[in-house]
Parts: sequence; structure tokens; C-alpha cells
Amino acid sequence: MSAQNSIRDMFFEESEELLEALSEGLSQMAAGDHGDETVNAVFRAVHSIKGGAGAFKLGALVAFAHRFETVLDDVRGHKIVLDAEAIRTLQRSADHLADLVEAARTGADGAAGGTAAFLSALDACLGGGKAGVDTVEDDGGNFGFAAVKLDFDLGTEDGANGQEYLIAFRPLQGLYANGHDPALLIATLADLGTLTVELDLSQLPDLAGFDPGKSYLGWSIRLVTEQSETAIAEVFEFAEGLCHLEIRRAATEVPFQPDQSDAIPGRQKAPVAGANQIPERRSVVRAQQPARSPLSTPDDAADGGQTPGDSKSPKPTLRVDLDRVDRLINTVGELIINQSIIAQRVQDLRLATDADVVTHVEDYRLLARDIQEAVMAIRAQPVKPLFQRMSRIVREAADSTGKSARLVTHGEGAEVDKTVVERLADPLTHMIRNAVDHGLELPADRIAAGKDPTGTIHLSAAHRSGSVIITLRDDGAGLNRTKMLEIARRKNLISEDADPSDAEIDALLFLPGFSTAATISSLSGRGVGLDVVRNAVAALGGRVSIASTPGQGTEFTISLPLTLAVLDGMVVSVAGQVMVIPISAILETIRPGPNETHMVGTADMLLSIRGTFIPMVDVARALGFARPPGHPEPQTLLLVETENQGQCALIVDRVFDQRQVVIKALDTNYGAVPGVSAATVLGDGQIALILDPDAIANNRVLPLPGHRGGAKLNEGKSLAVA
Amino acid sequence: MQSPEPTTAADVEFVTFFTGGQSFSIDITQVREIRRWSAVTPLPHAPAEVLGVMNLRGSVIPIFDLAARFGLARTPHNSRNVVVIAAHESQTVGLLVESVSEILSVSRDRIQETPDLRSDNSRQSITGVIMVEDGMTRVIDLGAVIQLGNRTVQ
Repeated sequence: MSAQNSIRDMFFEESEELLEALSEGLSQMAAGDHGDETVNAVFRAVHSIKGGAGAFKLGALVAFAHRFETVLDDVRGHKIVLDAEAIRTLQRSADHLADLVEAARTGADGAAGGTAAFLSALDACLGGGKAGVDTVEDDGGNFGFAAVKLDFDLGTEDGANGQEYLIAFRPLQGLYANGHDPALLIATLADLGTLTVELDLSQLPDLAGFDPGKSYLGWSIRLVTEQSETAIAEVFEFAEGLCHLEIRRAATEVPFQPDQSDAIPGRQKAPVAGANQIPERRSVVRAQQPARSPLSTPDDAADGGQTPGDSKSPKPTLRVDLDRVDRLINTVGELIINQSIIAQRVQDLRLATDADVVTHVEDYRLLARDIQEAVMAIRAQPVKPLFQRMSRIVREAADSTGKSARLVTHGEGAEVDKTVVERLADPLTHMIRNAVDHGLELPADRIAAGKDPTGTIHLSAAHRSGSVIITLRDDGAGLNRTKMLEIARRKNLISEDADPSDAEIDALLFLPGFSTAATISSLSGRGVGLDVVRNAVAALGGRVSIASTPGQGTEFTISLPLTLAVLDGMVVSVAGQVMVIPISAILETIRPGPNETHMVGTADMLLSIRGTFIPMVDVARALGFARPPGHPEPQTLLLVETENQGQCALIVDRVFDQRQVVIKALDTNYGAVPGVSAATVLGDGQIALILDPDAIANNRVLPLPGHRGGAKLNEGKSLAVA
Repeated sequence: MQSPEPTTAADVEFVTFFTGGQSFSIDITQVREIRRWSAVTPLPHAPAEVLGVMNLRGSVIPIFDLAARFGLARTPHNSRNVVVIAAHESQTVGLLVESVSEILSVSRDRIQETPDLRSDNSRQSITGVIMVEDGMTRVIDLGAVIQLGNRTVQ
């Protein structure tokens, strides 16, 4: 049961990758690359999903994948003209295939709705290309590895194109052990064209030497088919490593020699008789490596005529259980803490700087950092799959708004922590929908403005000094600041007489309850605004900013930490407690002069800095900590930029230093604590709280109307997307 | 969480400890280790019984003052105080007590249901009482103890 489940899980994992490959291939095709290699990659992806789905009896998925595959096969055979419409159909079919895979994974069969519409779109594609020849009967989802009888013979349909292949097939023991049946494989081959099969009994020993557990039989197969060599190789895909297989083109009348090589695995390295004499011969004999899984699509099965150097082989990768990686990361976190404890102790000894132990401890520090970086890199993932998903969002959003849009991505290779990639999906989806729905104009308006009727959305990722910057830019009309200001006033988000700057107006978008859409569309405008995006990004330790040029578009910039496991922090003391404030929030450290702080009433204080006044927040008071009696008045201010309240000065007792700290969650064993985002372990083994400057700054501010208020900081961390 | 359902009438083992002048006990299967008291980092806006968090080999665990939790006076500072590290489901917490007395092995039928108590706190967090030579010990429901602590925070 669990073995079955784990194979099933593997199928879905691989499907994910295949769907990615599919989507990537289709975008290449959309960009005008109709090369065989690209089309083949797309075909293989769908084919492999179908094969795997068949093994798990996922009927709906198989049926759809089969039809999809048929169309792709015609694309491959240049029977379908790839115009924009066809590409769109293919892309939508790929989206639907992804839905079906997801539905199969969650077991929600109901989600398969709409299949019929996609099928007819695909059929329309087929019909336009080649009249009815390839109409495949709906085989009720039973397509898999059973022989499917077709009503016509491809091989004889166009004799001039029929290529003759000679296939030598000799199963090894493992093939039978894995439950394969040569008869079924041969029957599947028969579907490709006209088949002549000869049984090769030459290896069969006499009865005395006969071992019923061994494999002695081989077959010489002569196949006349229109299909490529790849298609033939694919029939044997699941027998990979379990048989000796040779497929070659009978270009000239070379007398066909049944493969004489031994069936005993240990001897298969011996050169195959006659191998070098036939120029077009392509050996598909594979080493004894068991197939990684039923779905592996070996690159070397690519079309014939390709030199091995041509096909880019993927970097070898290792699939590891995430738990193991996380355990490793945790342990390395301990190591770092342990290192800083030791370093502290050594420092306390006040030895000479050239003392042996001091140098060794320094080496230890460097090694520990190296290990940490290497381990963090394991969790890092390219943002590419995330970006690829977004092209679907753009397509769907454009469809439902009657707009025309394309997504252009840059820097997909940039790597970020896996969790960041995962948790970014929802906010990014929301922003993309917003960009299409609110950002881009209708095609007619765009033409009137002298723009390309198809709007472009640029999505890019780049590394910049320890963080990753994700930029989302549309070439739409830009923000309508007059209208935004009017809405903000009406909704009482800002005061009547305020005269905000452009940047301040733009930032209004992030206020809860702010939505500029005049009507509620199906995409956005359900009252869920960009504030959820901002909260989600903030929960990842990042920030969002916005810039807009009227008539030219709007640009959102998300800056995120590369990892969620460590943080650059400023170590401070507050009411005698050592605490950490994320560096990313701090703008500057200030020691105010005597005339720069001003009391307002008895409790509030303002700091005058460069001609403006900004509120000061006593961190100790915000956290409810009393200063020990006789404790000196705090001297230091940290100027922080907050999400809702603009700049704010936090009062702390002392600033010690900056350092990288390992983030420890508080809610594992306890729960959320207001004003505190996490904890860390200091060099002396004590725990220091990592403060959430935003929350602390908000605590003192009266909630705005319609604003849920500062005290409940952890609301909105889960993201609802309109 | 209630203490585990009796499968047999076989013995159950409890760790008993003394704090605020009263004896409490906890199912031994929940106890991970017993440590000496070390300084904790206080948490803001925490209820009185939450003393703060402590570093247990890299994990951040909250420390509850058991006496304060049951409405008794906060456990006075004393270097002989100990922390009972206990696990409830996926949470690990520490309970500050004055001393650990013994491991008590009793048959299940010796655990008496808690008589009607007037304090909500006590009623919800004590699952039973056990008669012992010099009085009685209160069996605490760790889940209730730490959950109430959390509820006041959130």
C-alpha cells in the first residue's frame, strides 16, 4: 500500500517536472521556435504523463493526454500549421492537463470539468490540419500499454514515407521480473506500422542446461512505419535497462543479423557483432541501470541524427526528502550557534590575537559559515517554475478581461529559498492578475494611445546584495493618482486636507480596503487589495514598493531575503534584555541631540529630523517591559521604515553590533507573540527575541478606520487572493 | 489531552513534584528530562505563569511557572528550582517547580476523579488526584496547562 503510494507520489512529482517542461516547450514554440527538438520535448512530456497516468488507472487524465498527444504528434509530423491560434489551444490544453494532474493528485475528480471543451478545441486543431486521418477513437481511458487496434494502417497509407526499421529485442531476466510482457511490447509496436516478427531461439540451451528462471528468447522485428525512431524507442521506454535493444534504419538492404550478444548481463559490454559496419545504426542498448522511475524520459532517446554532443544533458540531480535537508539545516544552525558560543568564550579569555586557539576558532568560524552557505544552497531553487506558472495566469486573466497580454520573464535562473518560492506564488498571482485587470488598457484604448494592442508584462528576478529582487512591470496606463486620492478621501483612508506626494499616493494601494476598480470583476476588486500581498511579502521578511509613470505603466518591486533561516540583525538592548532588529528594516541609527526630541502631552514623543517630525516609540514600553530602577535613560534611536506608518524612530537602550543570526520559530512550542517575529540563540546560549519593527511601531498608532488595527499583528499572514 | 486510556489495569507511572506547597504529578511518558534552572528570556505581554523562553539545545521552549499557573504565588527564585521538560503532542515546554519528589507507580484504579473544584483553572487542568502516604498529588493535564497559557497570549 505505502509502496504503491510512494510510486504514485513519484509520478506526481515527475508530472510536475514534465508539466514544467511542457510549458517551457510551448512558450518556446510560441516564441517561434518550431524546431524538432522543442516539439519533441513537448510531445515526450505529454506522452510520459499519459504513460504514468495509465499505470495508475487515471482514466480522465489518460484520455485527455492521449488526445493532446495525438495533436502534438501531428504537430511533430508538420501536419498542423502552428499559427497563433493553434499555439493558444496547445497552451490551454497544457493548462488543462495540469488541472487534471492536480485533480488526480487530490482525488477530486470533479475538477475535470471542461475537458469536453478542450477536447473539441484540440479536435478543431486536428480537423484544420489533416482531415480525419488521425481521428483516434476514444478508448475510454484504457489506453496504456495494452495493444490498441487502429482501423487503418499507417504504414501502407503512404508507402513512399514508410521507413523500414530493424529492431533486435532481447529481454533480460529483469524484464519479466518487473512484470513486462514482450508480447504487449510487440503489439504496441504493431500500432506504429506493419510488422514482421521473427523469434530468435539461438540462445536457447538444450534441456539439460535450461534454467526456467532465465531469459533465452529474442526477437528480430522488421517494422515499416512513418513514425520516427524516437517513437519506436518510446515503446521500449519502460523496458529500458531490462533488455538488449537495437533499433536501426534499414537504409540499404543490409542483411539483417539477429543480435548474437549474450543474454547474460555481465557480458553485455562486449561489442555487438557487426555494430560498426552499419553507418546509421544507433545503439540503444543501455547499461544495467534500473530506470529511475517509470517516467524517466532519457534525453538520448531524442530523434535520430543527433550527435550526442548536441543534446544538452541535464545536470545530474539528487532527489532528497525535504525533511532530511531541514534536519541538516537545523543542525548547521546549532553548529553556528555553538561556534559563536565558543568564539565568545575564547574572546572572554583575552588571549593574544595570535594565540593558537584564536586562529583555530577563526578557522572554525569560516568553516561553519561555508557549511552553512552550502547547506542553504540546497534549499535554494530557481524561480523559473514559479515564473512559468505566471504565464498561465496572464493568459487566463487576459481572456476573462477581454485584453491581450503577454508575459516576458527575465532572470528565471535566480535562486531563492524553496519556502520563499512557494509562498510567493499567491501574492505574485494576485499581482499579475491586478496588472492585467487594472494595469493594462483594453486593446482599443491601447491603439488609441499609440501602443501595441497586446500589453506586455515583464517579470524579472535578480540577486542584489543578499536579497532577491523581483520586479513586475506592466506597460499599461499607470496609476490614476487623482482617482486614487479621491477614493482614499472617500474611504477616509487619509484626511481631507492632506496633500500627499505622488509616492505617498501610490503607497495608498497597499492600504487595507483600498480598491480602485469601479466594478467588482471576477479577477480582482473583491475588496482584497494589495495589502494582502504586502503582508505575505512582509511575512517572508521582504518588502514591496511601487512606482508608476502615467501612460507608461506601473512597476512593483519585491525585495526578499535569500533564505529564511538566517537574518542580518542589529543586536540591541531594551530594558536590560538583548534583542535583535532586522537590519532590513533599519534606515539609520540616531543619537538625538537635546533639542531634537519633543514631548507631546505626557506620553508621545516626536523626533525632529531634517525638518520633519516623526513619532518615537519606546520599544520597552511597547513590549510591556519595565526598565529596572536606576536604569539610564535610553540614548539611541533606530529610524525604521514601517509599512503603514511611514518612518518611525524606535527607542532602544543600546546598540551592540550587527550580526547574522539563526532564526528560531517561537510558535513551534509556544505561539505568536505580539511585536516579536521569531527568536535566536546568542553566543552565550541565551535566547534573544527578534523584533518585528512594524508591529511595534503600529502598536502605538490608533487604528485607521477600516483598518483592523495594530495589536493583532499576525492576521493576514495567510493570503486570500481575490 | 486526557491521560492515555487504560488498556489494562496495569501500573501507570507519574513523576511527582512539589511547588507552591502542593504536590503535582505528570504522566512519565510526557517527561523528557529534568534540568537545573537557568535564566530565561522574558516574553512581552505574556501571562504571569509564562516566565519566558529558554534554549534547549537550539530549540526555543517556553517555561511555565506551575505554581503561578494554578493561581499560587510565583515560585520564589531559588537555585535549587528545577525545570521539568515535557512534551505535549508536537510542543515541548518546561515547567518550573521547586523540587521533583519521586516516580510514583500506581495502578489506574487508584487515580480518583477530581472532585468538583471551584476554580476554572484547576478544574480544567487537573485530571485526577492520587492518594499518597503523606497526602495527595494532583495529576495535571499538560495540554490544558499550556493551552490556557497560549490562549491568553493570542
